[in-house]
Amino acid sequence: MSVFITFIQKAITQGIPLLYGATGEIITEKSGNLNLGIPGIMYLGGIGGLTGAFIYEMNTTSFSPVLAVIITFLCAIIFSVLGGLIYSFLTVTLRANQNVTGLALTTFGTGLGNYLGGSLSKIAGTVGQITVYSTGKAFKATVPFADDLGIFGQLFLSYGFLTYLSIAIAIFAAWFIFRTRIGLNLRSVGENPATADAAGINVSRYKYLATCIGAAIAGIGGLYFVMEYLGGTWQNNGFGDRGWLAVALVIFARWKPNHAIWGSILFGGLYILYVYLPFGDAIQEIFKMLPYVVTIFVLVFTSLKNKREQQPPASLGITYFREDR
Amino acid sequence: MHNEKAKEPFVRLVKRPSLPFWKSWLIRIASVLLSLALCAVLIYMITEVNPLRAYTAMFEGVFGTERRIWNSLRDTMILLCVGLALSPAFKMRFWNLGGEGQILMGGLITAAVMRYCGDSFPTWLLLLTMVITSLVAGGIFALVPAYFKARWNTNETLFTLMLNYVATQIVACFSILWEAIPGSANIGIINSATKAGWIPTDFLPGIFGNFNYSINVIIVLALTAFMYIYMKYSKHGYEIAVVGESENTAKYAGINVKNVILRTATLSGALCGLTGFLLVAGSSHSISTSTGDGRGFTAIIVAWLAKFNPAIMVLISFILVFLDKGTAEMASQFTLLNESFADVLTAIVLFFILGSEFFINYGLVFRWSKHKEVK
Repeated sequence: MSVFITFIQKAITQGIPLLYGATGEIITEKSGNLNLGIPGIMYLGGIGGLTGAFIYEMNTTSFSPVLAVIITFLCAIIFSVLGGLIYSFLTVTLRANQNVTGLALTTFGTGLGNYLGGSLSKIAGTVGQITVYSTGKAFKATVPFADDLGIFGQLFLSYGFLTYLSIAIAIFAAWFIFRTRIGLNLRSVGENPATADAAGINVSRYKYLATCIGAAIAGIGGLYFVMEYLGGTWQNNGFGDRGWLAVALVIFARWKPNHAIWGSILFGGLYILYVYLPFGDAIQEIFKMLPYVVTIFVLVFTSLKNKREQQPPASLGITYFREDR
Repeated sequence: MHNEKAKEPFVRLVKRPSLPFWKSWLIRIASVLLSLALCAVLIYMITEVNPLRAYTAMFEGVFGTERRIWNSLRDTMILLCVGLALSPAFKMRFWNLGGEGQILMGGLITAAVMRYCGDSFPTWLLLLTMVITSLVAGGIFALVPAYFKARWNTNETLFTLMLNYVATQIVACFSILWEAIPGSANIGIINSATKAGWIPTDFLPGIFGNFNYSINVIIVLALTAFMYIYMKYSKHGYEIAVVGESENTAKYAGINVKNVILRTATLSGALCGLTGFLLVAGSSHSISTSTGDGRGFTAIIVAWLAKFNPAIMVLISFILVFLDKGTAEMASQFTLLNESFADVLTAIVLFFILGSEFFINYGLVFRWSKHKEVK
């Protein structure tokens, strides 16, 4: 039983960054922007938060957890929105190709993250690895009575606030996209920007906002990884391929944030399942591909069934230029 | 025309018919120079060394010794090779983002042949087997998503992207199965004693020096010529161009669109597999999950920006290799930089080149400027 509980806990811990990334990417993709820069943006969010916390911890004498969290949060969002802005400026204003821009952004974000993560403490004139354990602890704080509630407490209350925030954001995003007027406009931009344009919707503004808000949400996923998973330090390439897993989760959830919630926990479980299987090191590596294989199956099956409400946004990845026919 | 005074926007875009050759190149070169200047400013802000000294260090890293020149040349050729492999697919509007995985599969099968047949096969048969199997392995990894794309219109961008990680994990599995020292997950150098299946590095020593990668370079240059002719003068190349422009036109013209998609994607994957062969047999003599080193992704940008112009592809590949190797040298000379900084510089240059395409394809029409309507 306790093995099972640890498994669920670990699956959730692995799943939350994916949920942030996927929710952000769904909002972005709903505007027709296929932002393959999401993995890079998640690195940006992580390193942004870490940088903010590092500067705050270096310059403060009386450490305040609340202030640390706020500063860290803001820095993470500023960094990741900057990534989103680069992407939208190039693809929306300058009409550059989305796939190529996204991949370049991923190179940028990963590179900047690893660069600052390795060199920030040197630039600041201190030695050793960059660490912000006090801020990390503030992020990991759980409700005080969680330990008294037995299994229920362990399963549902043993996480930092970012976990609950991710679910709240996903639910809100689902409501926003599918139940509000602005959400309807956003979807129309992603399905057919020319029609949306004719209906008086400012296509560029929607694309910019959706990409930047999406980037901010995805960036918090990177922050979660740095603060709650690593406890406030940087690991070179530590985030690994999770960014692409978040892109995969978007497909798995079929562009619906509410499906991404359980999908993320499933992906988290699949991601660590190999630890629990008795097949030896080599075969374990094969099991690590499970989330991707599952995604491929979902991709194939949705295209086989060809149901309209489960397809990607129709203009996904296509640059909109009003005078094009 | 009942609303004569309708407000004209401050600035609007028009598509340009086509810019003269020299003008478009001027814009591209200007964008690269601008990005390099920005990089210099960045480097100066961080290290506070004279940017000229920084760029000198970069030149040393790329051209410093004969060995380094060959290494730079080899890496440029590898990147060019992946770019060549991806271009026909892109021209057909088939987004093959799976280059990384196809390289890995080609490299893996090459390594397998080297391991298991290295002692028993004569050299020519060994190399031939390695080439053919790497082509097949890479090809299969592109054929599968192409089949689903042709048959059910499954999104190939995402499918090929996911396959990268399938390939990565397969390689990870074999690096443990074949590991040289238990627990290291590293298979070490294959056939380090016999050098069976290694592409010789002492070809024509009189011309190229005692250590050279001339065979790698010759193979890729030959491939470049072949692809140029294939795309420009063959029937296949024409079909690819038509399908890329409009599938309906292609159908109407009697082109079997499905076959073209399958054929072209497989060719693209097969050539990525061949790159894996060049990487394993031609330089690393080993295989790991990082053998591809992100080239499958970088080459997407190379291929796209070059629009299948081999000259531009060589140029962009070289700029990227220059930044990579140069930054590595800077990182070893200046303590405040590290190797990851290369990615930052690379991305900045790419952003600029990507942005510059806008000024080649579109013109700005300001409110006050007198303009003729297009057409």
